[in-house]
Order: sequence, then structure tokens, then C-alpha cells
Amino acid sequence: MQVTRRQFFRVCAAGMGSSSVVLMGFSPGNALAEVREFKLTKATETRNTCPYCSVACGVLIYSLGDKSKNAQSRIFHIEGDPDNPVNRGTLCPKGAGLLDMVQSPNRLKFPEVREPGSTEWKRISWDDAMARIAKHMKTDRDANLIEKNADGVTVNRWNTFGFLASSAASNEPGYLTVKTLRALGVVALDTQARI
Amino acid sequence: MALQSLDITRRSATTTPAPSVRQTTEVAKLIDVSACIGCKACQAACMEWNDIRDEIGTCHGVYDNPMDLTAKSWTVMRYAEVEQDGRLEWLIRKDGCMHCADPGCLKACPAPGAILQYANGIVDFHEEHCIGCGYCITGCPFNIPRLSKEDGKAYKCSLCSDRVAVGQAPACIKACPTGALQFGAKEQMKHYAEERIHDLQSRGYQKAGLYDPPGVGGTHVMYVLHHADQPELYSRLPNDPGISPLVSLWKGVAKPLATLALAGVALGSLFHYVTKGPNEVSKELEDELEKEDAK
Repeated sequence: MQVTRRQFFRVCAAGMGSSSVVLMGFSPGNALAEVREFKLTKATETRNTCPYCSVACGVLIYSLGDKSKNAQSRIFHIEGDPDNPVNRGTLCPKGAGLLDMVQSPNRLKFPEVREPGSTEWKRISWDDAMARIAKHMKTDRDANLIEKNADGVTVNRWNTFGFLASSAASNEPGYLTVKTLRALGVVALDTQARI
Repeated sequence: MALQSLDITRRSATTTPAPSVRQTTEVAKLIDVSACIGCKACQAACMEWNDIRDEIGTCHGVYDNPMDLTAKSWTVMRYAEVEQDGRLEWLIRKDGCMHCADPGCLKACPAPGAILQYANGIVDFHEEHCIGCGYCITGCPFNIPRLSKEDGKAYKCSLCSDRVAVGQAPACIKACPTGALQFGAKEQMKHYAEERIHDLQSRGYQKAGLYDPPGVGGTHVMYVLHHADQPELYSRLPNDPGISPLVSLWKGVAKPLATLALAGVALGSLFHYVTKGPNEVSKELEDELEKEDAK
């Protein structure tokens, strides 16, 4: 491209002039500014209990959509439940990061069984899992329940079985857990929260 | 301009006055260092709410993780082991944007509308307008904003402006299990701080006090410190923060002077053109020059 001396000066002058005008504040600015939209406005809010420890903090789970037929819901935010008397909206770092536990690829999502002698975990249905556990319990209890001790006093102990209760259980499920298991004679009763 | 959920009092690189009729409550976050157990629930809640996940780092032998603020970690806990008078103290400070009343970042920012200050005191970055120059980092007396390596834009704590705009507390404050973080009207927070300071003083921390530095016009994130006379103990919290004089020199004096010089040059050129006119070359001189060129 051939640029004459005069053209060169013109281009320089035009550039200098327009940049000066912009600097002096004559340039139109786009004035739009908005805070980020509140992301929970129409999300579905579900109450639940944090699964981690025995404090059992209440959490609010927010998921996409309004549960309409074609909307596949997905959890995208979890925060503390201010109405829960245990934590009144607060959470610990593990609880505050619950979302990533829910969405973790390593999370166990269905019952699995490892048969005796096998190294493989096999997926089974919830019904199969419950039936299997019930059968094992029945067999073991029938074989090992101690009805009377050496002095002949009725004790109804079932010492060969242990139960690990959910840490997410609040008072009422906790009461039912103890009542059911003690009725069966279970002595070794603990909660997952203490691990 | 659209009518925002939060009124704007100041925009970066903008000289037109902002609407200022509506009066909204000035808010503040109070960090009671003496009640903090360093659990990092605030850090986790911040990442969760703001949809940012920093890279998983490595352990450096201390609790600090990550070691510094990043474009994806807007708040970090800093753990200082301080030995004084034969006593070891573990001073834990939640670091992050202080939301200054006189924000150095906003003053230094050359991109119109990239940094805003809302009427409630929150200083917010609008990354769409950010040009990634990093002046905000230079302008910040607390060294808070960080440039992202992914998009070259600056990020920092927004005090969850999206939550505050709808009347909710920031995510970190909601999560805090010990109540070390409190949120409310700035007035209210000062009253609460007074109670805490009184309590600390009665427990032997004579120098306990509120950190609300006047050098930056006060902040909307305040600390209750047990050693308010020595804020540097808390992982180098500045004693008397202020905006670097270079920022005010550049924005206050140098820029108008340069504008004036440019305007002078433009005006002078105009006068020169009107009075002297364009440089005419006479026919004789042109012929002479052409002859010379021909040689």
C-alpha cells in the first residue's frame, strides 16, 4: 500500500483527534449494570437433614424446575435450614459443601452386595437388599438369641448382631430405631455419626 | 440505565453523577476473630453459592488452603501462630474484600462500569466490563482482587450482592457455625462489636477493638480483634490502610493535565489553521524540488 505524506498526516490527525475526544468524555458508554440474578427464585425447595454427623443439621435442598412432568430436577444448591432448631441455618464446612457430595461421581447410589468369597460388588434392587438382610437377621437370631442367662433370668440378648443407625435420623426415627432393635434383643447398637 | 435491585453510588471511570435520592440501609459484615475456630465453612459456602471451584491444591504443612486468594477463592482463612510474652496464640483471620467506603480498586479502574459501589456499601466487580488491566489490584490497600488465568478478568468477593439484593445474608455468614461472622446494618454491627469488645476486655484482652480503618473511609467488612493495636499480627492486616498516592496522582492530577494538554493541542491546531491556514507550496518551489528529485 502506497501512503503519501499527506495521507499519513491525515490518518494520524484523525486518530489523535478521536482518541482525544473519547478521553475528554464524549464517548457513549453502555451504562447497564445489574447484580447477579438471585438463582433460587423459582427453584424447588426441599427440607432434609445433613447426612454427615450426629448433630443432624437441617438443610434446604434447591433443585432445578418446579416438579412439572417434563422437567428433570437436579440439585444445584444446598444451604442451612434457618427453621431447624439444631443449626438455625448454619453449617460446617462439610455441610456447606454437601452439593459436591450429592453430585460426586464416587457416591454410592444403589445397594450393592459382595457375596462371600467374591471380590466383585454386584448391584441389587432395594427389595432384594431388604429381603436379603431380613433373611440373614432371622437366621442369625434364631441360631444365637440368648433367652436366659446362667442364673435363669430372662435376658433375650442377641449378641451376634450389630446395627449402625443413620446419623441423619432425628429424635423420632432415633426412638423407633432403638425401640425396634431393643425389641429384637440387639445390644450392639450405634450410629454412623460416631465413625 | 436499568433500575437495579441495588442502587449504584459510584462507577469506575465514570464522571456522571449517580442517582442518590433513594436511601438504602448500609450493610456490613462483622468478623469476630475471637470466635472463629477456622473451620472454613465460610470458604466452602462461598464456593458453593458463587459456583466457583478452585483447583485442588497441595498441602503446604499449614492449615491455609489455598495459600492465597485466587480468582476462584474469594475468601481464605489465614492462620498465624504468634508468640507474645511467652504465650502462643493462634490468630485466625478470614481474608477477603473489605468493601471500603472509599474503594481504591474503583478509583484505579479505567474501565467504565467494571467496578461499582452500591448505596448499601457493597463494592462489586462486573466482569463483562473488565478489561483485565489489573489496576484494581494495585489500587487495593488490602491486595484482594485476583486476575483469572482463564479469562483475564479480575474477581473478588461480591459480599453476595445477589443475596443481599433480595434481603438475604451472604453465604459465608449464613454458614458460620460459631457466629463469628455476623451480618446486618453497619450501625447494628458496630453495636454488636462493642459488646464483643467489652467482653474481650473483661477477659484480659485490654487492647481489643474494632477494625474499621478510617484511611479508606471505613469498611463494610469489619473485624473484632483481640489485639486491635497490632493488626499486623493477623497475617499482615494493614495497620493504617490507604489508597496508594500514585492512584490519586494518576487519576487526580495527571489525567486531567493530560486531557488539558490534548485539548490545548487540538485548540492550538485549530487556531493555527484559522490564522495561518494550510502550508501552501509555491509553483516555483515545487518545480525546483521536482528538478532536484529528477537529479
